[in-house]
Amino acid sequence: MVRFILSKLLFLIPTFLGITIIAFGFVRILPGDPVLLMAGERGVSPERHAELSAQLGFDRPLVMQYFEFLGRLFHGDLGNSLVTKKPVLGEFLTLFPATVELGLFAIVLATLIGVPVGVFAAIKRGSWFDQVSMTAALVGFSMPIFWWGLLLIIFFSGILGWTPVSGRISLMYYFPDSTGFMLIDSLTSGQKGAFTSAVSHLILPSVVLATIPLAVIARQTRSAMLEVMGEDYVRTARAKGMPQRRVIGVHALRNAMIPVVTTIGLQIGVLMAGAILTETIFSWPGIGKWMIDSISRRDYPVVQSGLLLIAGMVMLVNLLVDLTYGLINPRIRAS
Amino acid sequence: MSDTTVKLSDAAIRRRMLAEFWFYFSQNRGAVVGLVVFTLLVVVALFAPVLAPHGAATQYRDALLLPPVWQEGGNSQFLLGTDAVGRDMLSRLIYGAQYSLFIGIVVVSIALFGGIIIGLVAGFFRGWVDNVIMRVMDLILAFPSLLLALVLVAVLGPGLTNAMIAIAIVYQPHFARLTRAAVMSEMEREYVTAARVAGAGNLRLMFKTILPNCLAPLIVQATLSFSSAVLDSAALGFLGMGAQPPTPEWGTMLAEAREFILRAWWVVTFPGLTILVSVLAINLMGDGLRDALDPKLKRS
Amino acid sequence: MSILNIRNLTVKFATATGSFTAVDGIDVHVSKGEVLAIVGESGSGKSVSMLAVMGLLPDTATVTADEMTYDGRDISKMSKAERRKLIGREITMIFQEPVASLNPSFTVGFQIEEVLRINLGLSGRDAHRRAVELFTAVGIPDPEAKLNAYPHQMSGGQCQRVMIAIAIASEPRLLIADEPTTALDVTIQKQILDLLMKLQEDYGMALILITHDMGVVAETADRVVVQYKGRKMEEADVLSLFQSPQSPYTRALLAALPEHATGDRLPTVSDFFQEEAAR
Repeated sequence: MVRFILSKLLFLIPTFLGITIIAFGFVRILPGDPVLLMAGERGVSPERHAELSAQLGFDRPLVMQYFEFLGRLFHGDLGNSLVTKKPVLGEFLTLFPATVELGLFAIVLATLIGVPVGVFAAIKRGSWFDQVSMTAALVGFSMPIFWWGLLLIIFFSGILGWTPVSGRISLMYYFPDSTGFMLIDSLTSGQKGAFTSAVSHLILPSVVLATIPLAVIARQTRSAMLEVMGEDYVRTARAKGMPQRRVIGVHALRNAMIPVVTTIGLQIGVLMAGAILTETIFSWPGIGKWMIDSISRRDYPVVQSGLLLIAGMVMLVNLLVDLTYGLINPRIRAS
Repeated sequence: MSDTTVKLSDAAIRRRMLAEFWFYFSQNRGAVVGLVVFTLLVVVALFAPVLAPHGAATQYRDALLLPPVWQEGGNSQFLLGTDAVGRDMLSRLIYGAQYSLFIGIVVVSIALFGGIIIGLVAGFFRGWVDNVIMRVMDLILAFPSLLLALVLVAVLGPGLTNAMIAIAIVYQPHFARLTRAAVMSEMEREYVTAARVAGAGNLRLMFKTILPNCLAPLIVQATLSFSSAVLDSAALGFLGMGAQPPTPEWGTMLAEAREFILRAWWVVTFPGLTILVSVLAINLMGDGLRDALDPKLKRS
Repeated sequence: MSILNIRNLTVKFATATGSFTAVDGIDVHVSKGEVLAIVGESGSGKSVSMLAVMGLLPDTATVTADEMTYDGRDISKMSKAERRKLIGREITMIFQEPVASLNPSFTVGFQIEEVLRINLGLSGRDAHRRAVELFTAVGIPDPEAKLNAYPHQMSGGQCQRVMIAIAIASEPRLLIADEPTTALDVTIQKQILDLLMKLQEDYGMALILITHDMGVVAETADRVVVQYKGRKMEEADVLSLFQSPQSPYTRALLAALPEHATGDRLPTVSDFFQEEAAR
């Protein structure tokens, strides 16, 4: 098992280096002066141009710049934002919990609903439940989530007035964020109603973010279950006189989950892309909104490092999924 | 003489294959519905100038934010109402169909073309060429696709053309991987060896012998990418990085409508609905295509 | 007195192109402690009729019978819960592909102890002890260690031994073995057959052996049913079947045995049918 993890980790190194090259090269390989690109339509004076160039190290050879970039990276230095002047890593770490909170909530929601729906649709193949849920799944899979979010706001916030429109918590409450996770912080703050407020702010964004993963997980679970239910060992379980619940819930499900876990893992990337849209719609102060804001402000160190951090994070999550896959699939673990 | 008989039987085989394909495709009710809706979409896009009651950019200053005709205050001149600067929603949606189809076609063509070339080269030559190419493809796939497209557009500059290029670049590895895998399995087959022995050159082998035999997965992937392209370009438009106002692109229309969500539901609802319906129709078709083209899935 | 009695069993499958009859009016009965062999080519419906008894056919199958009783009780009228009390306890079954028949995600120990715990109500510790005994009984070396193995870590023969151990765990009165040796190496086949016969004697259970191998039939069975294309061709005790086969199909099967080959070519069943037709 240790060797399995180590070999996976070793395999990640070239990928991570590749990611750094892409993140580094983005602005520089493309035509145009990066300093002018950053300055945008306002333009800069020649003195300011030289100053910025030197500050960002653009006056040195490209390869040198890359190795300096890499060196700083290993020391945790990802540069400073051009707009706020603060270290990028610090900003990332402050905003990161908001995105994790949203993403975790969404993926848990998607899994908790998607897996049972898929299982049930497979068992009752061809029934009205199967047809309705799989049609719904295809609609969810085809959903422009930025529109879906707006619709939900119109309905639940506008017409019913049940949920707030934006943000993580009502402005009435203020407490220092100790963990960065609003649900935890609001609970430990001891302020009355803070937790409820945090939950009500989280519901709509996580429903929106969960939509596509939910659809994918439900579809994948259904087809995996259908395949597994035709296997000989499921017939054996029945022949052993095991109750239907156990045949499906233990013997079939355990094997069907192997591809489903991979699918859930692959949704992390989808979730990150979805977070950009969801956070924009709901003004959720997380990584996605930070990236889109930085892009429109041409805050290029943030874009570069944000890209790197997000890709690195997706890579790590995929590693975790690979390891889980090894855990639940004895055939991999043994070899 | 013998030449013509061979040609005839070829055509007959192709006809039979097409008939079989249609049989499996038409078994899938959803796929047929998808095809019908998609055909309608194409017709609407092609005849937009005829079908649209107003110009896409024509502003009626005395009819701002008019609700749809069935709601109180609606005007039969503007069936689906007007937007904040008095443009007819229906007409803009009709013209928007042109953009969505155009984006889908361009993105898929670029990604397909690039992916096939890259995949063929990698799968055909193997060795270090393959290694380098596939590593780069893996790298592109390591990034969340919308994020990478966003950053690409940010560097290239916002706009429809750059958005299409960015999305195509992001999608292209899927095609490269599929082509490479198909080429590698086809290379093992006897008919390739036979062609090689018969003296076929590399290029001929690649394009005339191998490529036609790995089209099925590419067609399925192309359909899926078409719907994703419509979705992602709308998302870029919504984020202000795709088509720029006043283009009647559906995502861009949504972005402009955002501030009116609680005041005028129709300016938000209709563009999104058209995106959803188009994407859904293409995905339904894609499901049907996969069932009809992929023999492995036929039995289930 | 027969413990399983089936009269006029018919199984039809609904397919895309219409209904297909896999079993057409078969009668099967087996007495306490008897070994019955059902012989036929693949596709003759011999497995399907037994799967119908077990209730293991997919939903597309329609099963009808004039009589289908176990120990005088009507199986077809049983509720699902009643039937489950029977299946896996009094009637058990082993299959052709032992490796595929075991769940790849669980240890074989889990898969046998589950039967002991759920069907027999044994505690975890008792189930473990009994599993070790059963593994010893079916000749698995180092049973303690093997309980923690996954099916893919064992050979086909060992997997079939595990399947047999699971099948005899509840001391059933009837064991149905569906081509239990077909997927195994020739050297292992004999061992597994011998094991089955020994257990059959020790436990005094009835055994229905589904096979296409006349050699296996000669070695094991008391009585034989010959089946072809879903129909019964002949039923006889094993001696009279080999000495004076009545149906032309049985004669064809026997003629196709390698021992009976004359000349340089093995005769096939269809050869025989052609000869019959020509006569």
